[in-house]
Amino acid sequence: MNKLIKWGLPVVGLGVLAAGWWLGLAWAPPDREMGDVQRIMYVHVPLQWMAMLAMFLNFVAAVAYLVRSNASWKLDSTAESAAEVGLVLGALGMVTGAIWGRPTWGVYWSWDPRLTSEAIMLVTYTGYLVLRRFVEDPDKRATWSAVVAILGAINLPIVWFSVRWWRSLHQVQSSPKTVDPQMVLCLRVSAIGLLLLTIALLMHRYRIAMAERQAEVALPEALPGNSPAASVRDTPKVA
Amino acid sequence: MSTSRPRPIGLIGATLALLRKDLLIEWRTRARLNAIVFFALATLLMFSFALGPDTRLLEKNAGGYFWLAILFASVLAMGESFRVESENACLDGIRLAPADPRAIYLSKALGNALLLIALGIVLLPVMVALYGVKVVTGFVDLGTVLLLGSLALSAPGTVYAAISSNARARDVLLPLLLFPLVIPALLSLAKATSLVLQGDPMNQLGSWLGLLLGFNLIYWGVGFVLFPRIIED
Repeated sequence: MNKLIKWGLPVVGLGVLAAGWWLGLAWAPPDREMGDVQRIMYVHVPLQWMAMLAMFLNFVAAVAYLVRSNASWKLDSTAESAAEVGLVLGALGMVTGAIWGRPTWGVYWSWDPRLTSEAIMLVTYTGYLVLRRFVEDPDKRATWSAVVAILGAINLPIVWFSVRWWRSLHQVQSSPKTVDPQMVLCLRVSAIGLLLLTIALLMHRYRIAMAERQAEVALPEALPGNSPAASVRDTPKVA
Repeated sequence: MSTSRPRPIGLIGATLALLRKDLLIEWRTRARLNAIVFFALATLLMFSFALGPDTRLLEKNAGGYFWLAILFASVLAMGESFRVESENACLDGIRLAPADPRAIYLSKALGNALLLIALGIVLLPVMVALYGVKVVTGFVDLGTVLLLGSLALSAPGTVYAAISSNARARDVLLPLLLFPLVIPALLSLAKATSLVLQGDPMNQLGSWLGLLLGFNLIYWGVGFVLFPRIIED
């Protein structure tokens, strides 16, 4: 059963995703104003949704790790895998968004609240992952990175709000849109495919993280981070 | 402090005692204040070189440069504030005293904020001279912005300084964690300072100060709650 999920889920996810993208590219009607450029939506929007989902999972796992008195490594590993998968998805979402933005808006980048918050989100979780690499003690790493994850997640709505306020002095962007049912179907199929693929990636990354935790607890000296040079540098300079 | 006390002092007492200790250390060496003042002065100078000799441009963006200089200096100051404690395992000693970990947070964050306020007071006349700005809406507004801004930078900064002071590559880690977090504060500080320096015809200053106040409330609250988990062992 376990093996079936491990190998079946990515295959099914890729299949559904391919079907959704094929429908989006070949079957759905082109957008009236944007034409074929709009078809990147079937890639871009599911990526953003899954990135949000993964970051939310990271936040929940971080809160749960700090709140529970006997928190296990499972929560920490969940948080780590969610942040890493979410960062990849979010970065891809941002790149596809920029590719869409160039022919549509005329620029790759605009300082609107959504784009700015997303950029800050990517930097925040890059910092989160860097912190995890730089702390050797697994207990401290889990607690500290949970604190950083919570502070970073709280920050995103504040950023969104403040940038909107800041921008509102210059321009207001609005895009009312009515979406064709064929487009909705393509978007849904792509989103479900990517959701399955995201779950598969999360589970895979989670297994790696758990294996790392086990190795760290069993053989703390054998890890590459604890090379002799590193441990000399880390010891406080006390005679 | 001569008589032995049967019970530990309260949160505010412990905070004040620790703050007094930190300020005393700072006063006796003045190393941190000297370092960050000259660092921030150099930064202000560098901005004018980076922009070229156009004084109007400098004057227009002075609020943003002022807070960027303070932000860069604050990274040095806050990183140093926990380095003092990691020598000779002082932090463990304070916790065994026993001091409430939340009092350690409050004292460190308040101490850092005081340092940044002092830095801002020193930088202001320099900015007036270098960038040709003048305070239009009054010194009370400017003081409020400086107070709220220093508190806003030090609340999350102190949490992250405590984390990064114990990690490898701490000098890289603190700015990497802190910069994305303080963007809302930096944005409203630059805006509010520009309004103070160039006049506020549309009465926008209040809303930016409100945003800063909200930012402060959130991060002082979250830092107060989460800090004990950071320094526990």
